[in-house]
Amino acid sequence: MSEALEAEQKTNPQGDPITSVAAPKVEVGTARKDPHAEAKRQKVVTPEYMFLEAPRTKEFITGSEAAKEAVRRSSVDLAIAYPITPQSETMQLIGVLYGEGYVKEYYRGEEEVGVMAAIAGGSRAGVRCFTATAGPGTLRGMEGIASWPGHRLPAVAMFTCRVVNAPLAIQPDNIEVAYLLNCGMLIFHAENQQDMFDFIMAGFTISEKNDVTLPVGVCCDGFFVTHARGYVRMQDRGIRLPPREAWRGAVPVLDAENPPARLSRDAPVQKSNFMAYNIHAVWQQEVWAAVERSRKYINKYMGGLLTAENVDDAEAVIIASGSAAAQSREAVRICAEKGIKIGLIKVRSLRPFPTQELRQLLAKTKLIVVPEFNYVGWLAKEVATAIYGYSHAKIIGGPRVYGGQSMPVELIVDEVESGLTGKKSTNVAMSSIMGGAVSQDDVAHFMRSI
Amino acid sequence: MATTQDTRERIIVPGPAGFHPPSAAQLGVSLPDPGEGLYYGLLEPNEDKVIEEMARKMLTSPNATIFPGPLVLWAWNEHAIEKARAVLEIAAQIPNVMIIPMPDYRPKYPKIDPEEVINPNHPNLTIWGNKIEACIFVGVHCHYANLTLKMIRAGTNCLTMAICAEQGHEDAMLTIRDSDVVKLKKTAQVFKRVREEMGIKLPDNGENVRFTGTQSRVHGGKTHTSPLTFAPVTVGAGSAGAFGHSAEQMKREG
Repeated sequence: MSEALEAEQKTNPQGDPITSVAAPKVEVGTARKDPHAEAKRQKVVTPEYMFLEAPRTKEFITGSEAAKEAVRRSSVDLAIAYPITPQSETMQLIGVLYGEGYVKEYYRGEEEVGVMAAIAGGSRAGVRCFTATAGPGTLRGMEGIASWPGHRLPAVAMFTCRVVNAPLAIQPDNIEVAYLLNCGMLIFHAENQQDMFDFIMAGFTISEKNDVTLPVGVCCDGFFVTHARGYVRMQDRGIRLPPREAWRGAVPVLDAENPPARLSRDAPVQKSNFMAYNIHAVWQQEVWAAVERSRKYINKYMGGLLTAENVDDAEAVIIASGSAAAQSREAVRICAEKGIKIGLIKVRSLRPFPTQELRQLLAKTKLIVVPEFNYVGWLAKEVATAIYGYSHAKIIGGPRVYGGQSMPVELIVDEVESGLTGKKSTNVAMSSIMGGAVSQDDVAHFMRSI
Repeated sequence: MATTQDTRERIIVPGPAGFHPPSAAQLGVSLPDPGEGLYYGLLEPNEDKVIEEMARKMLTSPNATIFPGPLVLWAWNEHAIEKARAVLEIAAQIPNVMIIPMPDYRPKYPKIDPEEVINPNHPNLTIWGNKIEACIFVGVHCHYANLTLKMIRAGTNCLTMAICAEQGHEDAMLTIRDSDVVKLKKTAQVFKRVREEMGIKLPDNGENVRFTGTQSRVHGGKTHTSPLTFAPVTVGAGSAGAFGHSAEQMKREG
């Protein structure tokens, strides 16, 4: 490309200027500035220093910008974009990082099937990979995404959740998490911009641990986190995580050119005529064993699979993840003003799920309220399954909003109050109330309808 | 030396554990921290105790076998060669031991003879065919070692041991971690000490490794050999090094 063309300001399809990838204008007679100079000066630090010791400064940025800043500090080799705008501008911002030299390779895939396949190829080849998608894009790429864990491919994918059902909508709704939960990958759910920043960086580190060697999905509720701004405490941009050491993975790196090439993962899952069903069965066991092994790293680098506030002597506990946790925080404040002793558990890691932690925390709880931003109530089901037999609490699987609705905190407060007083809820179906003593009269209508 | 009796119930023991038993991780077994080992599914703070038990089982079980994997079978670099030598030093302390390779991970059955080469996709065939009741895996990438160990525990009565360069393996009955060259050589010395304490002697000619059928045929019908005569030399090493895998990078592999 000629210098004259490079000097022109590039724009994205919407006409917005992409300033950082445009070559800087060079005054005649002056030296050309290296656009990668700052990236080249970054220093590698240990994950322990990065997460536990490095000083941080606070900035007011969007979730997409937080993701960009996380990637800037994560020694990412390959980022592949199918931006699915306008849900998230994350991958466009990662393109800016490419222009600045923080990401080694970056390109736009044809669509999500291609993107997820290419992420698989990059991870197999031994490089650190990142991508982001949302809603229909997640489901379109699901075949590839669901195959990553079985192939033991470390990578981080960001899912900025949005409606996936017809009719088409681009509003927040985290139904897609329900599809991701059973892939065998690690799934974190970010409440806010800070979580988005922290979980992505920790995700790379945990994903590549030899005994884990699995992809990490970092989910958030689109728009609420990606487009809104929040305070994010970040380490200095002059430091970064160590690069991926692929030779330490649980599987050999794909290297078709390097004898003995037979070491490459010529996966038996693709040669079912030569394999026993037994190998596929133990293979799946091994993927989920690796999910289990990630617990200690989540505890170390993220401070736990959940956070719990005021749970010990609480009459009721709200359990939430993602943006529902933010709404619940305000509901807790209102309940406290009303004199209700209430606790809050924010689930940060959905896979692995904090089963043991919940069993311990909820052993004496009388009421659990699980607000969610989806119709099916995947978190309520997870909670109920985890504590079944370990708690006598009544579990209210709601309130739930979906299709882009926001969640008024009063809805949550109502459920806490009605749950404690025995008053019938107007917002949660009886069929979504579990645990404790069930009144057969109350559910009679529901039972007839099924 | 008097020791305290460990009364905890063993979790991971020789099978057959069942048609499709839960994995060790599902049973709540977690990997050891540095310096520790896993002793039948229980965390053992003193890894030497685990190595001593490995020695006892390899010295007393029928058809004890070492299964070296690609990380010590191929001359990736000088470091891999050093580790291969150390593995042979362990083998040199076990009378009548067999060495059956796991050269790569592709499924080959029925094209190969599973009694001669073990493969993670059907390792039970190798165990059954040779009636192996104790074995050590070393130099196998962790994912494939875990598949192998699960299948052997499910379907055979073999006591499995894993000498791992990384974090160890829950599905092995005995495992140690961070096994670099120094630890491999130390393991060989522990095997020697235990063997001598048990009064088990090596053959005078040093030929303590028993050939498999094919190995015997390619060596003129000999039944046994000295493992140290197979100790690799440095010449020819480093095909991987030519592609950027430096010895420094791979110093923990094995």
